[in-house]
Amino acid sequence: MYNESAAQKKYLAGLRHKKWGITAARWGILVVFLLLWEALARLGVIDAFLLSSPSRMAGALWTLARTGELWLHVGVTLWETIVGFVVGSVLGIALAVALWWSDTLCRILDPYLVVLNALPKIALGPVLIVWIGSGMPAIIVMSLLVSVIVTMVTVLGGFLGTEPEKLTLLRSFGASKLQCFTMVVFPGALPTTVSALKLGIGMSWVGVIVGEFLVSRAGLGYLIVYGGQVFKLDLVMAGTAVLCVLAALMYLGVAYCEKRLRARRAHA
Amino acid sequence: MEDALLVFDRVCMRYHQESGETAVLEDFSLSVRRGEFVALLGPSGCGKSTVLSLAAGLLRPDAGRVLLRGQPIQSPPAHMGYMLQRDHLFDWLTVRDNALVGLRVRGKPDAGQLARVDALLESCGLAEFAHAFPGQLSGGMRQRAALVRTLAVEPDFLLLDEPFSALDSQTRIQLADEIKQALAGSDRATILVTHDVSEAISMADRVVVLTHRPARIRSVHRIALEGSPMQRRRDAQFRDYFDRIWKELDVHVQ
Repeated sequence: MYNESAAQKKYLAGLRHKKWGITAARWGILVVFLLLWEALARLGVIDAFLLSSPSRMAGALWTLARTGELWLHVGVTLWETIVGFVVGSVLGIALAVALWWSDTLCRILDPYLVVLNALPKIALGPVLIVWIGSGMPAIIVMSLLVSVIVTMVTVLGGFLGTEPEKLTLLRSFGASKLQCFTMVVFPGALPTTVSALKLGIGMSWVGVIVGEFLVSRAGLGYLIVYGGQVFKLDLVMAGTAVLCVLAALMYLGVAYCEKRLRARRAHA
Repeated sequence: MEDALLVFDRVCMRYHQESGETAVLEDFSLSVRRGEFVALLGPSGCGKSTVLSLAAGLLRPDAGRVLLRGQPIQSPPAHMGYMLQRDHLFDWLTVRDNALVGLRVRGKPDAGQLARVDALLESCGLAEFAHAFPGQLSGGMRQRAALVRTLAVEPDFLLLDEPFSALDSQTRIQLADEIKQALAGSDRATILVTHDVSEAISMADRVVVLTHRPARIRSVHRIALEGSPMQRRRDAQFRDYFDRIWKELDVHVQ
């Protein structure tokens, strides 16, 4: 018994060791990358005007933060993304429910869904601007258009993946179609739905940034395009870095919800 | 006919597909009395499960009638229990919540029903797993939980569609004993579909052998054995029944 627990301790220590190593390597890559970039820029090996440098990016960010401009851009972009994501997800799930409900409707619309799924929704940008006008509403519509189709197709796939015998079982108890949906189809497809949301969040960011590239007077997309036009690469890089952090945080938020959901299912 | 609970009266059933139609049942007549245990035995794909789907009200016959207490079955009857090959427990619900699924379809279970489900879980040895999730259970325990779910709705008649086929042979015999015990003394009617001859003989009062598709009744064997499935398997007559029924099936394969 003693030997076994010693071996177990060794095994656990090994696991911890490995985990630490991986975390250290992750941060290490980032630090080395930034230091190397900074050093090469200072030594004049790379042109800091074209490629910027970490310190110049930090300077640009600091200036933006002091004037309060940064918070405006971040706020606008975040708002557009969240609204686009939420509306796109709700709409996507609702459409998936409708298509699951009516097999005929699903079959009729199938070719249209295939085309819509394949179409780069971004191509609709100019049309949206003409119809909706340039500004936040057009950007939000853009964002939800990009996310809604992916969400719908993925969630519908989850619904249709329900085992037919599970439905037979419920029907043998006299369950209605609505009960079949709420008791088996929806809860069974919940993991797929969460995966769809993870896809959708990335799509919403794409929609918002492209929308801001096309038409806007504020937002991180605007900041990046503006920086490019006036050749302030520090601004472009700083905007991109902020975008990276925000998108990662939002993704982690959804991933956290997924983890909580799984934990609740694994054991009450 | 008087105490017949479930009657199949010259039932015909065809499945329609683009590639053509398949006759599954042809002129199929059978009546099951209260308290009787009938086993349907036949080659796979012969239409045994179709008989159950008709009795469950999930399918309608093309011709003939399926009667429950003299009334044609229109939709799934209220006091019916249907057990499938696999347990089909929902992994997102606890064992107890799974057992309550049938009752919840019909509304909010009352205190009496809840107490009865708890007692059933207890008698199936699942009391300590009531709040566990199906993923933590063995195959035999999962099928027991499915049995509790089936019995929770207080069925007058049970339809068992090869409920043991996914289990190992030991668990299979043990569970057969438990099911027979759960049914003992009640006047429930049971139809068991299986392709296992021993299982049919060890559990049923009557074994009905079906032909290949379209299924007709080939022969009916009254089983005059007593006791639990385990005791029946040890009975000297068990072999005779086995040989007789085995031959019926054998002839048929050629």
